[in-house]
Order: sequence, then C-alpha cells, then structure tokens
Amino acid sequence: MVNSITIEIDGKKIKVKEGITILEAANQLNIDIPNLCHHEELEPFGACRICSVEIERKGRTRIVAACCYPIEEGLKVKTRSEKIDRIRKAILELAAVTSGENVTGEMRSLASEYNADLSKFASRITFKPTKCILCGLCVRRCTEATWDSVIGFVGRGVERQIVEFPEKKDICAVCTYCHDVCPTGRIKSTGADPSFPSLDDVLAGRE
Amino acid sequence: MKRRIKSLEELEKLRNEIKAKKDPNKPTIAICVGSGCIALGVPEIVKALKNDITRRNLIEKVEIRETGCLGSCEEGPMAIIYPEEICYFRIKTEDASEIIEKTIIGKKIIERLLYKDPNTGRTVKNLKDIPFYKYQLRPLLEKNALFDPKKIEDYIAQGGYSALTKCLFKMKPEDIISEIKTSNLRGRGGGGFPTGTKWQTTKEAPEDPKYVIVNCDEGDPGAFMDRALMEGNPHSILEGLIIGAIAIGSQQGFIYVREEYPLALENISLAVRQAEGLGFLGKNILGSEFSFNVRIHRGAGAFVSGESSALMTAIEGKVGEPRPKYVHTAVKGIWNRPSCLNNVETWANVPLIILNGAKWFRGIGTKGSSGTKIFSLVGKVKNTGLVEVPMGITLQDLVYKIGGGIKEDKEFKAIQTGGPSGGFIPKKYLKLPVDFDELDKIGSMMGSGGMVVMDEDTCMVDVAKYFVDFLLEESCGKCIPCRDGLKVLSSILDDICRGGGKKEDTQIINDLSETIKEASLCALGSTAANPVLTSLEYFKDEWEQHIKEKKCPAKACKALINYYIEPKKCQACLLCLKECPVNAIHGDKDQVHWIEQEKCTKCGACYDICNFNAVERISGRPVPPLPPNGTKPIRKKGK
Repeated sequence: MVNSITIEIDGKKIKVKEGITILEAANQLNIDIPNLCHHEELEPFGACRICSVEIERKGRTRIVAACCYPIEEGLKVKTRSEKIDRIRKAILELAAVTSGENVTGEMRSLASEYNADLSKFASRITFKPTKCILCGLCVRRCTEATWDSVIGFVGRGVERQIVEFPEKKDICAVCTYCHDVCPTGRIKSTGADPSFPSLDDVLAGRE
Repeated sequence: MKRRIKSLEELEKLRNEIKAKKDPNKPTIAICVGSGCIALGVPEIVKALKNDITRRNLIEKVEIRETGCLGSCEEGPMAIIYPEEICYFRIKTEDASEIIEKTIIGKKIIERLLYKDPNTGRTVKNLKDIPFYKYQLRPLLEKNALFDPKKIEDYIAQGGYSALTKCLFKMKPEDIISEIKTSNLRGRGGGGFPTGTKWQTTKEAPEDPKYVIVNCDEGDPGAFMDRALMEGNPHSILEGLIIGAIAIGSQQGFIYVREEYPLALENISLAVRQAEGLGFLGKNILGSEFSFNVRIHRGAGAFVSGESSALMTAIEGKVGEPRPKYVHTAVKGIWNRPSCLNNVETWANVPLIILNGAKWFRGIGTKGSSGTKIFSLVGKVKNTGLVEVPMGITLQDLVYKIGGGIKEDKEFKAIQTGGPSGGFIPKKYLKLPVDFDELDKIGSMMGSGGMVVMDEDTCMVDVAKYFVDFLLEESCGKCIPCRDGLKVLSSILDDICRGGGKKEDTQIINDLSETIKEASLCALGSTAANPVLTSLEYFKDEWEQHIKEKKCPAKACKALINYYIEPKKCQACLLCLKECPVNAIHGDKDQVHWIEQEKCTKCGACYDICNFNAVERISGRPVPPLPPNGTKPIRKKGK
C-alpha cells in the first residue's frame, strides 16, 4: 500500500501519494511548473532546469528541479518567486546560446512569459544557431519507440549535439514521436504529407 | 604466494614467517618509484643500484625497496636509507655506485645528496628534521616508505590486514559503523559528508544487493593525493573497502581508477589479485562466513566522472553523466541499488581508525574535522609536494613552514584550495585553520586536497578564466546552466582579459553565477562559479583595473601588456635580439635595442633573458617613444 503524505505548494496543502515528484504533485493542484525536457511518459531527466522551484526543508531553503525531486512529508514548495523567475529567465537566455532566438513551440512561449531576451548573449558568442537546446526528449522518446535509438548524443560540454546513427537509420519506426516532443520546433515535418521529420536535414543543420 | 588463508591463526602464522625472514637491520635503500620520480628518471637509478649490488655480490645483503611517493616531489628523486634513515635527494644515476660504496658499505654520509636548509645552509640527515616533513603528521603517507606496494608480504609484515581480522572476528557490523561514526571521519573527496552516516544509510537501505565503491577519479589540476596512495599503498585502500563491505553488508565492490593513472591501476590490480590469492577476497574470507569480490573499473577520461552519480552511471556501462541525486546514491546508486562511494583517502583511513581507535583519530585535527588530510602543495611555493597534516593547521603554516615560502621570495597573493571549483583565498585569511567548515565559510572548500599557491605575478582574472575554461571543457553538457552558463562566463572573462571588458560585466557575472550555482544538475556546475566569485570578491581592484583602465597589474594578460626596452638600462649586449623568435628586436652591438611593437608576440623571451632588467612589461599606459636611431648605451661601471 502506498502511503499518502501532506505537502504544501504555493501555500496550498495537498495530500498526495508517496513517491511522486514535485512536478506531478503540482499538476494535481493545477499549478503550472514550466518544463522543457520533461515528458510524463518518460523518466525524469533533469537537464533543462527550467522547472527549478524553491523548497523549504528543516528550515533551509534551496532550489531543486521539480521534475526529479521526490516529495516528502511536510515539504514546502514555492513555484514562483523573484529568484525563481530570475533563474528561469537566465536559463532561457542561456539556452538560446546554442539554439539561437529563432525558436518556436514551448520555448518561445516561455521566453515571452519570463520576458527572456533570447539574443542577450548573441553578440558575445558566435555559435551557429542550432534551434536545439539538447533537452534530449527526442532521443529518449526514440529509445522508447524503437527499443533502440536512431538518434543519440555525441560530444561533451558545449560540443554536445544530437546526431543520427547512420547504421540505425533502418530501424526508424516513422512514429514522429521526436517531432511531437520537440520543445523548440527544431525537428519538424516537411512537405504536404511527411512520413517522418526530415532528420537528414535536421542533422545537416538545414532548416 | 598462492595459498589461501583459512583462519586468523593461519594469517598470524604467515605474518610471523614473513617477519622471521626479514632482518630489521638489513641495509635497505627505499627509493621512490612514484609517478613523479619516474618522470625524473628513477627507473634508470633503480637499475643502476641493482646492477651495482649484483656486481658486488650484495644481492642477499642489501635490499632495494621500490616504494610509492615519499612526498618531496620538488627534491626528487629521493630515497631513504635504512636502518640509519638517511635521506638523499635529487639522486642521479651516476650517484648509484657511490651510494652503495660509501653509505651502504662504508656507512658514511654523502653530504652532497643531503637536504640543505636554504636558510641556515646546514645539511639535514633525517626526514623528521627537514622543515618540509617536520610540521607534518603522516599516519597515512609514512607507510609508503616501509614497503614495496607490489608485495603483499611487505604489507602483511607491517601489520596489514589485522584491522580486517579485527572486524571479521571481533566486531559486529554495527560496532564497525559506530566506531567510524565516533571517529568523525568525513569524506576526503571534498564533500566532507560523515562517512559513518553514509555507511549506515547504505546498510539500512531496504534493497539488496548493496555495493561499495572506491572513487579514484582524481582529476583536479595539480592534485595527486589519491594517486600517491593508490600507487604507494594499495592494500590499505583495499583493506578499508573490505571493512566497509563487512559493515554495510555488501558482497561486491568496485574500484574506479582513472585510466590516466597507469601505475595506480597496475598496483591496485596486482593488489586485488594478491588479496584474492591469499583469501582476503572471494568466498568465505579467512574462513569466515563473509564473502566479497572486487572489480576494477577503468575510467575513460572524464573529470565529471568523479562526481558520484556520474561515476556510478559509468560503472553501469553508460556515458559517465551525472543524474539527479535527490535520493542519495547511498540509497539508489549503481543499478538503483544502495551504493556507498568513498574517496581513496577516506577508505585508507579506515584500517587506521579500526586499529588505533576512534579516540585516537578524534585526537587529531579540529572539533568538526578529525584526522589528517593529504594535500598536494603546488604552484609558486618553494617546497612543492605531497603533504599530510592534521586538520586545523593554518594556511600560513602550510605555505611558509612546510612549503618554505614563496618561490624567489616574491609576494604571496592567493592560495586556491579545493581544485577547479574551489575559491581563491587572499592573504588576510592566511591564519585560517584548514578544515571543512572554515574553508566553506570564506567561499572556498576543502575539495579533495589540491592547493595551488599564487604569487604577485598571477593575474586573478586570468587564473579565474583558466579554471572556468577547465570546467567548461569538462562539463558533460547535460544541463543548460553549466553547459551554456560556463560558455558565456568564459567569453566574458576572455573579453575582460583582452581589454574588451565593459563596466556592467561584473554584474552580469554575478547574475550568471547565481543561476549556475543554484540550478545546475550536479556539483561540477553548482561549484563552478567559486573561483570567479572569490576572485571578484577578494581582488575587486584587479578586475576594475582590467575593465576600466585596460590594465593588468600582474602583467600576465598578454593583450594588456607591452614589452619595452628601457634605453637607459640597455647594455646593447644583443642577447634579447638573438633570442627573439620573431625578430621584433632591433639595434646593434653599440646601439640600444628596441622592440617593434607590431611584430612582437609578447612571448616574454627577451624579458627572461635580459641580465640588466632593461626589458620592462608595461600595462595601462602607452609605450614610451623609441630612442633616436643609433642611441649609444649608457655603460654600467665595471661591466
């Protein structure tokens, strides 16, 4: 039997079952916590950090990622504050370092909500915009769909990128999952009736 | 040695047999064959020593003991000659024969090879009288001199594995944990988490199997504490690990060693094989009910794999990337099973605590941080090397008493503790006692024990950039704050070092640092801003000069300095003119020299070679006009 415990999110007390994350608990209260690398059907990844919230535990506050943090009895969560908004804005501006400002989807709407200037660091860093924020949703979704992965991460740090493994191209299930989950509009369908997002083009850096 | 020991009595019998064969008065040359001394050519010296005793028919009478790091890397290669305990430094291959002839046979000291105190000019014979060692307390490192790390019989002769037998036959697992808890041993890898508490958490975690892990992925620039222990005393780490396994109830251990430490890998692999052979590992250890196996995992060369969750992911066979740790790895670690990971030095302390007691351990160090800590003291300090000191020693004593002060007696500027994510500590905190909590308070941290000393020639903006770039290079790239935050930070620092700093930059740095610190996925990111933040806080003036006056007061930022030959000092000796790799210096035998600024690459070769201090580095002001063509030098008297 799963125990239920009481926590407090933005001043609202809620009884939830043990073992779920802050993000899942907030969803039950209809409190919106933004996220870019999370999908309810996938394991938490904790890469984009946009879901950062403030928690209070044993009298100490700290910032944690709501998508990964398992709730515990008596936990107090603040999903918005001046500091959290500042951090979320900064994360969006930093994500734009690799993606560039020409993004659509969830990232675009969050940028407007948090008043993020996606071109803030453009003059400092001369990266070719990739429109990708390396959230890894497509990779993880693909793994689930194909029991393998047609695409994957390569490289470390700022050199990290998502590539297609040529030898695995044939296992593509043409499920368009990767297209559906992309939060920046990077992976997209082309043509009138696309069977699959034009991955070749995506990976070659062509729009 | 292949016989499996099946009881405590058998082990003691073996120990006595080994001891009986050893003559404590046998002349012995304990020579350091650690990585540092290998680089200085020690294998050749060892070969020469061995050839010499063979030639003189002394093989049975003299022991050449190849040991792990003896500490004084600056003065290496070094050796200690027993039974007199004479220390020789900076040994060369040519000295080998003389050492055998004069010291081993003739019982005479070779003055030339002794340590010479630079202050008194006197030579010192014994280790304990040398200032570098005098102020140290070395329960962990002193063992290195006593045995050959490749010989398990040496370790056994010195009482090795008796802490293990105590734990197997005389203590209950709860007693072991309580002893470690009472000792107040805290994680030596940098976190400072109480070791006993971690063990208990793993023990009490509901799932099985449980794992114990040694973290030897030491990657901080200039740090080599774990390497020295792994190379010099691998069995002590293994013994500590087996004890931890007994306490926690684990049957499988992992030793993660970075591939860049070939000798450490070789020695620990050999130690594991020897321990398996004798029955310290495997099924029914020493005839008890307890079984435990160890696997060595070779790191694939990523700094971030030293982070516990990344290391565990790597052991699982995946890319060594960190994962969220809101549930401790002690509860959900390798394959989501309870996994207790400790640093090399933490494990090595365990047998000592079991044998000497928690009270002994608590008697060393400060209230919050017990025991000793090994530091690698490097940078602009006279005596670099590996030092082991009681916790709570002041930075001042470390730098001046043990380190002998700053090289060339220059001015101390800062000391960086805790590796690339540690902070810079300025002069005003030199009296600070070194322990986990005190270093935290001033924005630095203990880290795993790297200590880099900086002098007046170090630019604090430039060095902050160095560490940010290091971490940027080593960031796994998974989370946005660390990956992109460090990239932006690095580019801002680069601008400032090149004279393109803007006045709002320091504010942007502070804002960015907040996000990197608070929102990063793992400790690599959350501590990455420490060097920049402490540099900004303690050396604000230097930052302002870079940004406002485009001046680098330490004259280290190439873009902000110019080289200039002072005509009044130049003796027209042609030295710099010949040295300049790009022919940017002009002049003649009887004409003062001058630098063509457009050609100059600011390599500093002229500055280093000039005997008259005529070459100057100037920053923050224009280069003075050139002397008229054909200006004659003003000759110095007597030259």
